Amino acid sequence: MKNILMPTPHKILNVTHETNAEYTFRVECDAKVEHGQFYVLSIPKIGEAPISVSSMGNGWLEFTIRKVGRLTGGIFGMDAGDTIFMRGPYGNSFPVEDFKGKDLVVIAGGTGLAAVRSMLQHFYANPEEINSLTLITGFRNIDCVLFRDDLEKFKQRFETFYCLDNMEAEGFNKGFVTEYIKEVPFATFSDYNIVIVGPPAMINFSAKECLKNGVDESRIWVSLERKMSCSVGKCGHCKIGGIYVCQEGPVFNYVQAKNLID
Amino acid sequence: MEEMISKLKEKYRVFAPKRFPNGSIRYGEIDSLSEIVVDEKSHFSPKEVYLPIVQTVFYFENSHCAESKLEDDREILIFARACDINAIERLDTIFLKNGGNEDFYYKRLRDKVNFVLIECKDSFDSCFCVSMGTNRTDNFKGILRDGKIDMESEPIFVSENKKSVTVPDIDESLVKDVFELEYWRSFDENCAGCGGCTAVCPTCSCFDTIDVIYSETSLDGERRRVWGSCMREDFTAMAGGHNVRKRAGDRMRFKVMHKIYDFRQRFGETHMCVGCGRCGERCPRDIRFSDIVNTLADKVKQLKAEGGAGV
Repeated sequence: MKNILMPTPHKILNVTHETNAEYTFRVECDAKVEHGQFYVLSIPKIGEAPISVSSMGNGWLEFTIRKVGRLTGGIFGMDAGDTIFMRGPYGNSFPVEDFKGKDLVVIAGGTGLAAVRSMLQHFYANPEEINSLTLITGFRNIDCVLFRDDLEKFKQRFETFYCLDNMEAEGFNKGFVTEYIKEVPFATFSDYNIVIVGPPAMINFSAKECLKNGVDESRIWVSLERKMSCSVGKCGHCKIGGIYVCQEGPVFNYVQAKNLID
Repeated sequence: MEEMISKLKEKYRVFAPKRFPNGSIRYGEIDSLSEIVVDEKSHFSPKEVYLPIVQTVFYFENSHCAESKLEDDREILIFARACDINAIERLDTIFLKNGGNEDFYYKRLRDKVNFVLIECKDSFDSCFCVSMGTNRTDNFKGILRDGKIDMESEPIFVSENKKSVTVPDIDESLVKDVFELEYWRSFDENCAGCGGCTAVCPTCSCFDTIDVIYSETSLDGERRRVWGSCMREDFTAMAGGHNVRKRAGDRMRFKVMHKIYDFRQRFGETHMCVGCGRCGERCPRDIRFSDIVNTLADKVKQLKAEGGAGV
């Protein structure tokens, strides 16, 4: 009997320090992964954790990992050439085919940006596939900003609103992402989709703000982050009522997501 | 009797509820049928035999993983009551069915399990198996009767309990209202969040995964699966501080709804709860699951009446 919980070793190709607390690990892997899927990474001394694929390329995947708690060694002590264990990919993905030829609005809070980064990179590289793309993304402060090079590039081809919760800085507005949703010209779009990723409260407020601006809830897609210990429907951590985020998610249409009560 | 068990032990590891030195009645391996505690309900369920509290899933060295092996290859014989025998089917649903995959670690033990029925002549005070439809079973090889394993007689089952429970019939249109009942808030204070109820529950299946490293400077170690509990505050806590069920009342709601509503919604079979009543007996705050379900049934009735008035 195949043991699907056995992870396989993968070589770390390089490590990028995004912030003091978030590192991006590029890992050797030639799996076919859809935008929005995740892997379970074995983090030595901690156990396993589900981590979104934050970028993908020929023969590699990237994972952006947040340093947790009192962790001093483990994965953050690892470097290029070291081996990491992982299994996946897991979960469903953003309905990217349905997004093509339409307008897309992406609203991302904090590390939630990692879950949509590969899709944003795809549309940046293939702008003809999409009518327009608006990116609203926010971070706590300037030290928390992720993927700075990407954000610079995205400005050239996307409509962008970058903001910081509680400070002003060059290239960033002060305030929450929810304050910029009203700037999106929904009325001028003929057909569009909205993707919201981030902490639970941020998703909630952003979706409500979209609805207030006349968006039909079926146009909204969210990616839910929950604690997981197995990602194959057994451990129970990601269960919300009758659904398991690892099985039916992490991407949900808001028509379903709005009724999920933890 | 001891001779019979030693004969059985050539083929089986034999487990039964027995009294441990600290007074608790738990499942353990026995050498004699006389060790079996029959006139009291075991404090813990037999699930720890096929879902161990802690099990090593694999050992990892710097560049490879090695699957843990079963130390004992014998079949498993468990002396259990009807409610607990029914409970294993709930665990089967999670471990062998959910997610469309069979759990390797559960299956390798589960496939070895055989039961001997411990008959309940009278039910204990907190039992509500009849309400949950788990007072009967045909999943046993023999019956423990008069200090022997009887392979021929018909089993005796209880047909009524002192406690009865009405499981509310929750329409999908009412779920949100039920989740938003003010009633759940009473558990914010009342429930200690200790997880004792889930530890003794024969159908609770949640687990955590932890890594143990043998020394600070090496990555050699092992991965372990350890019982988890949705009643503990850290069950949904994620890195970065987000936690969707911080309040004890939210966690109680999650557990109760799983046991008597959404398990059946998802799998279309039975409810998850088998009415063994252990959770209430072990609760340090004396919270009785059966009382919660009955209260909920009243509230649902009330919600339906209110909804009905407008129609």
